[in-house]
Amino acid sequence: MTILTVNGTLRESAAPPSTPLLEVLRNEFALTGSRFGCGEEQCGACLVLIDGTPTQSCGREIGTLQGRAVTTIEGLQDHPIIAALIAEQAGQCGYCLSGMAVAAAALLARNATPTRAEIATALDPQLCRCGAHPRILRAVERAARMIAGGEMPR
Amino acid sequence: MTDLPKSLADNPRLDRWLRFAEGRVHVSVGKVEIGQGISTALAQIAAEELDVSLGRLAWRAGDTQLAPDEGSTSSSLSIEIGGASLRLVCAETRALFLAEAARLLNAAAEELEVEDGAILHAGTPTGHDYWSLVPRVSLARDATGTAAPKPRAQHRLVGTSTPRRDLPGKLTGGAFVHDMVLPGMLHARVLRQPRPGATLAAVNEAALARHGARLVRSGDFAAILAPTEATLRAAVEAARPRWDNADTPTPAMSEAAWLATQPADIRTRGSEAAPPPGRSHAATYSRPYIAHASLGPSCAVAHEHNGILEVWTHVQGVYPFRINAAQTLQRAPETIVVRHAHGPGCYGHNGADDAALDAAIIATLVPGTPVRVLWSRADEFAFAPAGTAMQTALRAVLDAEGMPADLTATITSGVHVNRAPGRLLASRTLPNAQPLPPPAESSDPYPGTGARNIVPYYDIPTWRYEHRLVAGTPIRTSALRGLGAVVNVFALECFLDELADLVGQDPAAYRLRLLSDPRARFLVERAAAMSNWSARGPAGTGIGLGMGFARYKNKSGYACVVVEVEADTEIRLRHIWCTADAGLAINPDGVRAQLEGGIIQAASMALKEQLRIDETGTATRSWADYPILRFSEIPPIDIELANTPDEPSLGMGECTMGPTAAAIANAAAHALGVRVRDMPLSRERIVATAAS
Repeated sequence: MTILTVNGTLRESAAPPSTPLLEVLRNEFALTGSRFGCGEEQCGACLVLIDGTPTQSCGREIGTLQGRAVTTIEGLQDHPIIAALIAEQAGQCGYCLSGMAVAAAALLARNATPTRAEIATALDPQLCRCGAHPRILRAVERAARMIAGGEMPR
Repeated sequence: MTDLPKSLADNPRLDRWLRFAEGRVHVSVGKVEIGQGISTALAQIAAEELDVSLGRLAWRAGDTQLAPDEGSTSSSLSIEIGGASLRLVCAETRALFLAEAARLLNAAAEELEVEDGAILHAGTPTGHDYWSLVPRVSLARDATGTAAPKPRAQHRLVGTSTPRRDLPGKLTGGAFVHDMVLPGMLHARVLRQPRPGATLAAVNEAALARHGARLVRSGDFAAILAPTEATLRAAVEAARPRWDNADTPTPAMSEAAWLATQPADIRTRGSEAAPPPGRSHAATYSRPYIAHASLGPSCAVAHEHNGILEVWTHVQGVYPFRINAAQTLQRAPETIVVRHAHGPGCYGHNGADDAALDAAIIATLVPGTPVRVLWSRADEFAFAPAGTAMQTALRAVLDAEGMPADLTATITSGVHVNRAPGRLLASRTLPNAQPLPPPAESSDPYPGTGARNIVPYYDIPTWRYEHRLVAGTPIRTSALRGLGAVVNVFALECFLDELADLVGQDPAAYRLRLLSDPRARFLVERAAAMSNWSARGPAGTGIGLGMGFARYKNKSGYACVVVEVEADTEIRLRHIWCTADAGLAINPDGVRAQLEGGIIQAASMALKEQLRIDETGTATRSWADYPILRFSEIPPIDIELANTPDEPSLGMGECTMGPTAAAIANAAAHALGVRVRDMPLSRERIVATAAS
């Protein structure tokens, strides 16, 4: 049994300790916003925050997360990046977007005023196949402006 | 009866498209959302013609039970044909309701108007609305196509950048077929036949049982079922299937050059006269096999219950898939219900259909139990259809002024459209599998597959082409964004630069001398102005500016792309400019998104992408094997749309692919002073070309 905090709520997972966090989130906790893209930590579609650190949840075993705090896209619904992604219409199929939002939230937490190049570097591990990149970059800039303007992430 | 657009001619009953209930307009369409924003653009058209707010619309797309059969969502036709059909349906429905209201009110229909579904007379509410009139107006009738849609001056939604209706839902859980859970659902995976014709000799079934999994099998079709994803994964690893009779391809087959050595079905079109004598130039261009590389692996859910097989899938065409599944499963199509659910962007015929057929077959083997199939990333790369390798050789004869007077093209290509029944992966492993004839596709230029866009849009007096269709590609191929147009436009546009160079002319000016369509000329001139083309320097400085232009299918969307690169042994994108003509843009921001997406996918293809083949088949198995363009490699992209709202709407999803690939190659040639003619323009190819 692994006890951890997910989006601020204490949760217990009965999954075997070697189960990837992604599968626990999706199948046991019904949090399907974190997406399966490769299962090999190469695409970023399953990105979550573990104690604030962006982590590909497909490669992290649930047994290692006793007492840790996980934030998924479902826990970022009030973060300005969500409104910013919509305002910039920064998505096509949308499959990569929850990972993008998590990566952006992690960046903005450590650097509230990133340059375009810093955003690109932070998002480089995240793959998008539709070519929404220019809009996603603009959305992160917009979210940074929103935060500077007082719309703080919870 | 006017000539109805195909979707409406095929589904003339108005009630197949529209239903009014409980204050909402239930719209059913066959064109599905694959990330291109079609559900928003079509909603704008429907709300516009019906005079209702977008919030009134309840949307259903791609459902063999509940939505019209519009074939496949492909070929950039969803606005041109699907939108045109929905517009006529809504205009006619509105007219029918107004005629009935006019009769009740003893007024002329022309005196009535509709405001968010309520019918007004001289600006005053009449107490009637669409919903109150439902008992009096039957939509169980065929469209005539005679009701005039709104004139453009009255548009209030069409032509606006309405936000994507589906986007907010994709920023949380539950949006995709991957997220579906049915009670009692099992997770399943097919043990993939490594090569066509391979036979399954053995599976370690005892090991499966230890993982709580089990095998279902029919001929060489074998699938593992397990209660959880984790147990399924463990069972698949333990299954250790042994396959016999697999053929062994070779790494040389990875290249388009290998395809050109193979037997081909040869078709010719165009001028039958031999090319005239004169100064000539010839060059050969190519692209290797390309992955659709959708971000999520293909997935489907299926459930056989009460004699009905229900399938949820992200295929582009639910009806074509149903025919396919019915034939493979040897049952009546009416016993299969196929419902579209969101998936990752497909960019053509990816693994969606195969995964759906996997799920369908497995469901019939375990009736009563819902099954979910999710491919692995490795299977998605290795077994989803690839965009075919292709080679286009061109030869031009120049006139006295150095302009091309005659063009001969030789296209060598695998098939671009490979969706027919029996051709999906699992079909060929079943006991009832029939030998298939070689894949067939047209060699005509319009709409075209391998020959798409080979006929020059430029004023070149005579042309001819030979389409060499190779059935024996080492890996299965099917439709990928742009089909043959990507390579043909790449070739033609690179070739024009070579000709201009040969006769000492500026490539943009050379194109303008050959273009008579004023819409095309405008785009080339405007793209040149945006990119400061007139300041373009000499070749070989390490910085290059290149252009590519095409009108997709020679009848659809226009795009001109200019790219600035920095190049030494590799190519870095510095800036991209694009001008495009969509005619009436239903949603201008949606058009821009499609242009941006096409540009970036084409740039990624031109610079990096190639599926590798080895003795096992497709050797490419992961993102590590198949790099695509990343954030830090994407330059500023400036786009301008021509203002042509009185022209018919044109599909824009594919029109930038060829022009972008060509513009990059032309810019690279300008920067380097030598030309690489084979995609991808990788370090290896640049070094090899420079050395030769």
